[in-house]
Amino acid sequence: MGWPLGVSIKPLFTEESSLGLRSAFAVLVVVGLISADLRFNSLATTRSVLDTVTAPIYWVADIPTRAMEWSNKNIQSRSQLLDENEKLTRANLVQDGLSAQMAALRAENVRLRSLLNSAAILQDDVLVAELIGVSPDPMSHQLVLNKGANDNVYIGQPLIDADGLLGQVVVVGGYSSKVLLITDATHSIPVQVNRNGVRAIAEGTGALGTLEVHHVAATTDIEEGDLLVTSGLGGRFPVGYPVAVVSKIVRDPGQSFATVEAQPSAALDRSRYVLLVFTSQSSAAE
Amino acid sequence: MAGREQHGVWVIGLTFLVAFLLAVITLPQWLLWARPEWLALVLIYWTIALPHRVGIFTGLIVGVLLDSVEGAIFGQNAFSLMVVAMLSLVLYQRLRVFNVLQQAGTVFILVGINQLICQWVQNLQGRGIDSLLFLLPAFSSALMWPVVLQVLRSLRRHYRVS
Repeated sequence: MGWPLGVSIKPLFTEESSLGLRSAFAVLVVVGLISADLRFNSLATTRSVLDTVTAPIYWVADIPTRAMEWSNKNIQSRSQLLDENEKLTRANLVQDGLSAQMAALRAENVRLRSLLNSAAILQDDVLVAELIGVSPDPMSHQLVLNKGANDNVYIGQPLIDADGLLGQVVVVGGYSSKVLLITDATHSIPVQVNRNGVRAIAEGTGALGTLEVHHVAATTDIEEGDLLVTSGLGGRFPVGYPVAVVSKIVRDPGQSFATVEAQPSAALDRSRYVLLVFTSQSSAAE
Repeated sequence: MAGREQHGVWVIGLTFLVAFLLAVITLPQWLLWARPEWLALVLIYWTIALPHRVGIFTGLIVGVLLDSVEGAIFGQNAFSLMVVAMLSLVLYQRLRVFNVLQQAGTVFILVGINQLICQWVQNLQGRGIDSLLFLLPAFSSALMWPVVLQVLRSLRRHYRVS
């Protein structure tokens, strides 16, 4: 207590000798960490525990956004609310009509599938989650959600929004989870062309608006504007969710494969409310 | 140094917590690449001011926490922040007598090294970038250094952190 100002900065010559030793030890720790995570993938539990500890940072950092949203919701004029209500009622009516039709189609689909002796596709359960953060590293496309192990979220769980597939869960904390987007440079997803069932693999590029479809033979029937949906191969994603729309094809006769680019269907940088899908396979496995 | 009194260590923890918040707070798309490395800045300051208390292991721990926050490979930020702390420990006597501009220049280089290491580890993962955009935080951090210095110095003096 009561130190004069200059005294609190203390040069320490005695400890300097051990700096090299401490650095060497720290380098060993870091190299151990990197190789354990990258090569042996053995830190999943540690990550999950640490994620539970660090997630509140995202939650706190998200408070201004939520306050804005709250005030937008609560400080609205009556006429705005009435307008919105009317719009939603109409949209709901249309959806009801469509879903009635869907029910008939689904029943028919199940009948036809049973005729073909193939397994019936069940409807997937979903859980609404809210986005509370985005990874600050512009190179890694990860989202932080407000649902975690407490809500039975599991690693590998697909995430969708109203327009298509967003990504998959890679870290599950107690009350939050991290999702790797399909556009991340380390993400790949098996897809098929909706029009004719041609299979391919769509890889993220690290750019938010672009996927690359690799190893498409130059003669493959694929066109600009084709919708790519999940093929279900690999067993991680359920079949039939829209992934991307083919935006550009370059067929160079000198290359054995065509260069195919696609634009993700989902609003990767805009969705705030997203859906975690509980696939029928995974719930059967649990 | 036996018998040295610890004083106001919670202030150090609090400044790191605020740095974590600033590190994840949502930025507009065009500012994304230029986000200053707040944790590196705070770490550099405390290493210069209290080299006997904050150093390599603080860098290591803060780095592992940042890896968890960013969802990066464990060891990425731990490595870079550890090196930043080590270099600040080597340089702290010189940094103390530098003026703000010279310090900002050093911060530019330290954060640049921080970014290079992060980029190197990301490349191991196959997530590299082919432009030099990843060096932008070095500029913005150097720009923010005078502010960080003023705020942290007045905090340290006010709470007599030692």
